[in-house]
Amino acid sequence: MVVIAIALILVGLFFLVVAAVGMVRLPDVFTRSHAVSLTDSLGAFCVLVGLSLYQGFGINMLKILVVLALLFLLNPVIAHATIRAAYRAGVKPQAEEDQ
Amino acid sequence: MTTFFLFVLIMLSILILVYLYRVIQGPTVFDRVLGLNGISTKSIILVVVIGTVYGREEMFVDISTGYALLNLVGAFAIAKFLEQRGTP
Repeated sequence: MVVIAIALILVGLFFLVVAAVGMVRLPDVFTRSHAVSLTDSLGAFCVLVGLSLYQGFGINMLKILVVLALLFLLNPVIAHATIRAAYRAGVKPQAEEDQ
Repeated sequence: MTTFFLFVLIMLSILILVYLYRVIQGPTVFDRVLGLNGISTKSIILVVVIGTVYGREEMFVDISTGYALLNLVGAFAIAKFLEQRGTP
């Protein structure tokens, strides 16, 4: 169980590093939202499931999984609200500016 | 095992610094909001890992739940305000 937990935490750290690289390197706010919402959610999923497996079965595992469900619900909703506000406020995508 | 969790904590702190670069540098205000959202996600994971290190998960997980809800309310308030105000 502990070996699976360590492997999941390492995979999740890899995805979090990929999300941070995307946050720095991508050109505009619409593409950066992919790094925040998609990749970040997958990294958080792997790390939190690894931590809950490290706890073993019990109430602590259930509470960590509740935090994970909350994160899965809130992360895309916040990214979508921010991007909709950016689109309505008149921010142009990078590809549209290039033409 | 504590060494491994210390490694995870240091990696998460470095990632928070990387996101802080985008928060400071970001061209528009929406980049800063997205960066703060990423920082809060990292902080939630960080608090759960700290609870695992100390062996007090039942308390730290509650703190991280409260932090996630606070993040939702703050991000929604900023997004709604900027949407109604128009061009930043």
